[in-house]
Amino acid sequence: MASILAVDDSASMRQMVTFTLQGAGYEVVEAQDGEQALGIAQSTKVNLVLTDVNMPKMDGIALIGALRALPHYKFTPILMLTTESAPEKKHEGKAAGATGWIVKPFNPDQLLATIKKVLG
Amino acid sequence: MDIVQALATDTASVLTSDARQYLTFLLADAEYGVDILRVQEIKGWETVTALPNTPEYVQGVMNLRGAIVPVIDLRQRFRMERLAPGPTTAVVVLKVVHDHGSRIMGVVVDAVSDVHNVTDVELRAAPECGSTVSSACVQGLATVNGQMFIILDIDQLFNTGELAVATSHT
Amino acid sequence: MAIDMTQFRQVFFEESLEGLDAMESSLLQLEEGTPAEETINTIFRAAHSIKGGGGTFGFQELTSFTHVLESLLDEMRSGRCLVTQEAISLLLQAVDVLRGMLVALQAGTVLDQPRVTEIQTQLEALWHGPGAIAPHPPAVLETAGAPALSPVLGGWHIAFHPCPTMLQTGNDPVRLFRELETLGTLTVRVDMTRLPALADLDPEICYLAWELTLHGAVCREQVSAVFEWVEGDCALSLTPLAAPQSSGGVPSPPSPEPATGVEQCTGVERRQPTVTTDTNSIRVNIAKIDALINTVGELVITQAMLSQLRDGFDMRHLDKLRDGLDQLERNTRELQESIMSIRMLPISFALNRFPRLVHDLGQQLGKTVQLTISGEETELDKTVMEKIGDPLLHLVRNALDHGIEPPVRRREAGKPALGCLHLHAYHQGGAIVIEVSDDGAGLNRDKILRKAREQGLVGEDETPPDDQVYALIFQAGFSTAETISEISGRGVGMDVVRRNIKDLGGTIDVFSAGGSGTIFTIRLPLTLAILDGQLVRVGGEIYIIPLVAIIESVQIDTTLIHTVAGQSPLYKLRDDYIPIVRLGDLFCIQQDGGTGSENLLMVVESAGQKLGLIVDALLDQQQVVIKSLETNFRRIEGLSGASILGDGTVALILDIAGLLRLAQYRAGTSIGLQRAETGRQAA
Repeated sequence: MASILAVDDSASMRQMVTFTLQGAGYEVVEAQDGEQALGIAQSTKVNLVLTDVNMPKMDGIALIGALRALPHYKFTPILMLTTESAPEKKHEGKAAGATGWIVKPFNPDQLLATIKKVLG
Repeated sequence: MDIVQALATDTASVLTSDARQYLTFLLADAEYGVDILRVQEIKGWETVTALPNTPEYVQGVMNLRGAIVPVIDLRQRFRMERLAPGPTTAVVVLKVVHDHGSRIMGVVVDAVSDVHNVTDVELRAAPECGSTVSSACVQGLATVNGQMFIILDIDQLFNTGELAVATSHT
Repeated sequence: MAIDMTQFRQVFFEESLEGLDAMESSLLQLEEGTPAEETINTIFRAAHSIKGGGGTFGFQELTSFTHVLESLLDEMRSGRCLVTQEAISLLLQAVDVLRGMLVALQAGTVLDQPRVTEIQTQLEALWHGPGAIAPHPPAVLETAGAPALSPVLGGWHIAFHPCPTMLQTGNDPVRLFRELETLGTLTVRVDMTRLPALADLDPEICYLAWELTLHGAVCREQVSAVFEWVEGDCALSLTPLAAPQSSGGVPSPPSPEPATGVEQCTGVERRQPTVTTDTNSIRVNIAKIDALINTVGELVITQAMLSQLRDGFDMRHLDKLRDGLDQLERNTRELQESIMSIRMLPISFALNRFPRLVHDLGQQLGKTVQLTISGEETELDKTVMEKIGDPLLHLVRNALDHGIEPPVRRREAGKPALGCLHLHAYHQGGAIVIEVSDDGAGLNRDKILRKAREQGLVGEDETPPDDQVYALIFQAGFSTAETISEISGRGVGMDVVRRNIKDLGGTIDVFSAGGSGTIFTIRLPLTLAILDGQLVRVGGEIYIIPLVAIIESVQIDTTLIHTVAGQSPLYKLRDDYIPIVRLGDLFCIQQDGGTGSENLLMVVESAGQKLGLIVDALLDQQQVVIKSLETNFRRIEGLSGASILGDGTVALILDIAGLLRLAQYRAGTSIGLQRAETGRQAA
């Protein structure tokens, strides 16, 4: 089954995302900031990365850039979780190489639908 | 010793919605019964550590697998003649419920008898007079196989007077 | 699939409250000097997380407020808005409001809406600058897939030409086509004209373009939504099939639908938010758990070894048995220490609220005070920590209210205007020591003495030593404050403080150097559950006396016993006359013999009062686990609990203060100070 790396500094968000995704049969790996996520990514390949933007140590934008520099993450779908409805964050993310975004707050069904679209 | 355990399996099928089970014991030639669901275990009598400045019927406290449990001498509680502990003397460990929770207490009885099923039909109200046991503590009378026993209300018995739970806990 | 969001709420509340704490301490740090970028980011992230979580977990009440807060913080972190003292104070108030909201939501009580609106309005004013009219907070919910805003036509002709690098964002044209298929019937035609020869092909580049035809009742926005993520990375043109005109170029992104008004709570009651520090869970350092696991592992090995010895044991193995039992003792002790250490938390948890408190109180009183905390990593038992908060609070408030003088007075006294308040914690022996010291006016010895004489606590001609005079402030109803302020000074504080600390098995002392400050020293046992005790035999029973209460034990010299009519006998120990008490009398039990010379006198003390207990024999000293009598029975005066000895029997633990009360009650007279504490009557 497909595996997903979920990155968010909020424990409640991570729990909710993991619960939702696992319930749909995905395998989930959690990270609490960009630095930790990058560490995991260097040794593990997942099918999709879901990351928050505002995090300590390394934020989402920096993480996306760093992931794209990893050979096995060049084409992996990376989705940003953002509450910013303002365009700049999305553009920043895209410029760093993000595949797309999901706007917070989202409900579990929206999350699953989007991921299904991406992973097929 | 494990009457409670043995009978629990035995009676599962027998128990109907309108019957209750009582553990009966002997105290000064009379039979008494308590709701079996309140009986945690039955122990042989052991020496207890006396507590100062407590009523006579509070014999003291004992160690029940690490918990400090008070031991009540029912004979003294009912102001009957005291009796030295003998080979059949047992301590029935009961769960007593009060407003803020529950406690575990042990009562000393002369001997443990049996477990009986009693339907509500067989339960009779206790007579108002003539008993050494205050009627407030008696739930009723039951007769099984010609043997009568007095059913005790343990919550009433162990939550009033000296044994009442303090309303403010420091 | 319906997922119940409420299961995540508890975690959300906990992390949000923690986030607010971080926000608060960061804000207080900002005050000190030039804002560090990371500090502002921390503050921003906290607000941002609460906003995001609030929306996700169904707390619409939070989103409006947190959006304004977050926006203001965003302006600050990008430098567009100045971080002024006033702004920081407002933000601190915003933290309070949010805390109140979270607590109310958690408890299911009514929000203080007027307060929320008040602070929100001020935040908006600051966000948009003076003179600007605050607009309504923009839509928070952006729904995916806006409803039809343009006429639905028969379909679309889509020319899709991705940039060569489009694939590198992880976007896959096939996925886009699959999505289009869900909208209607799709036909796809690929344009391979730009495809180079195989040798020149770079697999990471997209050379293909597509012409797509989508038949169906689909509006433009639905089609654009599918390409939302790749707009800017491709050339896209949509031509409606039924319409004569063709519209070219990249369509504008779908506009977010204005969300229906965020629900406002109609709370009217003013509710004081109380931050509870009592929780039934504990955070434990993983290292402690690992240590515990190791110790248990060793215990298992020891047990296996002893089992082996047991099977087919003979006397030749006696030494091995002894070794095994020694090991068992070591393992058990380690296990005990490990587990106790899990309940130990750094005292910083109790001290964390003080920076904010000192800041606010200082402002309120017009005094400038600097709070320094040291030794905050010193650990103590969780239960002790929960109960030490209130006494510490009182001492700190006292120091600010009465100790530290207003800046004018301080300058007159030659002190710097900035007052110093210091909280210091450290381990000493088996106890934790907490010092609360200030460099304020100190205690006025003469004033205290005068007040004490007025209240009859000290005789007119008595001149007690300094430390006894200062200790008088712990008497009930004692206060030398001229005006009773709202903060302290009603005289009900200090005796409660001392009693609370005593209840924890601790002590409090005060020292003052007139004019230059005061130090309160609190000593607390590291844990409430375990006691170092001296076992004694009285009559046929074994009792335990807490070691900390024992001063000394002496063989009774009957010549030193003085009986005064109407009072309990006294024992002359050097220069002191100590009242003698027979436990048998107090407890109505049989005790060996009389006060013969073969008896031992244990001199014990409680709150400065000494007592001599006659015991029959001294037994071991050992650590005992304190078990409550109240769990299954009730509190008994003179006993602080019970313990289970090695042989399984129960031994009662003596409470010296209770024994004193019992003795006073029996004797009908007071011992020691003329105004004795009102004793509880033995039940």
